[in-house]
Amino acid sequence: MDVATIFGLCGSALVGLGLYGLITNPQPLRKILSFNLLGGGVFMLFGVVARRGAAAGLGGDPVPQALVITGIVVAFSATAIAVALLLRLYKETGNISLSPNDPEKADTHQGKP
Amino acid sequence: MTGAILFAIAIAALLLAVAVWVVVARTAFTATVGFIVYGLLLALVWVALSAVDVALTEAAIGSGVTGMLLLGAAAQLRATEANVESTSLPLKLSAGILCVLVSGGLAAVMLDPPAVAPTLAPEATAKLSATGLGNPVAGVLFAYRALDTLLEKVVVVLALIGVWSLTPDRAWGGVPGLRLYARPSGTLTLLAQVLPPVGIMLGIYMFWTGADNPGGAFQGGALLAAMWLLVMVARLQPVPPTSLGRLRLLVTIGPFIFLTIGFAGFALAGSFLAYPIDYAKPLIVVAETGLTLSIGVTLALLVAGPAERSA
Repeated sequence: MDVATIFGLCGSALVGLGLYGLITNPQPLRKILSFNLLGGGVFMLFGVVARRGAAAGLGGDPVPQALVITGIVVAFSATAIAVALLLRLYKETGNISLSPNDPEKADTHQGKP
Repeated sequence: MTGAILFAIAIAALLLAVAVWVVVARTAFTATVGFIVYGLLLALVWVALSAVDVALTEAAIGSGVTGMLLLGAAAQLRATEANVESTSLPLKLSAGILCVLVSGGLAAVMLDPPAVAPTLAPEATAKLSATGLGNPVAGVLFAYRALDTLLEKVVVVLALIGVWSLTPDRAWGGVPGLRLYARPSGTLTLLAQVLPPVGIMLGIYMFWTGADNPGGAFQGGALLAAMWLLVMVARLQPVPPTSLGRLRLLVTIGPFIFLTIGFAGFALAGSFLAYPIDYAKPLIVVAETGLTLSIGVTLALLVAGPAERSA
């Protein structure tokens, strides 16, 4: 068991955890959080692949590392759009429920802000 | 068992515990705080995996800027948390089974690596001296895969256009609804006065040293964004209206310079985004300077969100 394998297993578990939160948590903001959790796990698996590709005097393969840097920035951009959509939905309707069929139920719980 | 392995096990356990916390925490606000801790732990993992460039990006953008964005959203949405419809048990069970299968599959792949790990490290270092860069990750970002980096910059600007297009009609071109705190003479005001000179220096250093050491335009830009946000949140500087011409110029100047250099590559070196050998390093530094500025401004504006008050 080496360091890369430990983090490989950890990253695999993080992907599963993030996916679970994404599916089961009804709140959109928590889904966004879980999605980022999942993304962190995927990036970590990439990092493990990079570490195992250590060669030519480098501690890891620089190509996947550069891809992950790009990925982190793109993930942030997507998160910013998702959050902006969510906040606009809340300001328009006073509600952020994702369930399509119960507008009445939602209205009784929450008035307009 | 060596110290490195023990450290890895400890960090991995802590990371998993924090991730569980993010998923099960009762309020979105505490979950977000957990997510920021998760990002910082992830940065430690990147250091352990010998990827210091990624560690800096994760700490600055993945944890810091994303955390600030999500904390703001969690605070605004606090009122909606009372009426959550809970998920049914069968759904939870089947989602759990699915996730265990996914994790198990990935873990099996991780436990059975190919006998010879695929790597592009020798290729990446072989031609690095021709670019004048000493940091192989910067070499990949700005020489070998410069197109990816260019497109990514465009994605960040597109994201800002997306966020701004959610502005209500009455507030178009107005001031973003960044939440401002600060009572006069508070701790935040002091921090916002003391930190920025250091932070801006560090941001410029990180961009400059990125050519040869870990660092670069993303990490430096994220630091600049953080400093600007700090000064705005503490009310030391006003939040600029989104219609401000200078602001829009700063957002687009980085991708514009990069594109110009890319097209100049046709004339000077025979293809798009190719650098003439003698001028590779200066051209990359010029492109990175513009990008650092643009990234800093754009990241901060993404956190600030769409305009909410007319200017």
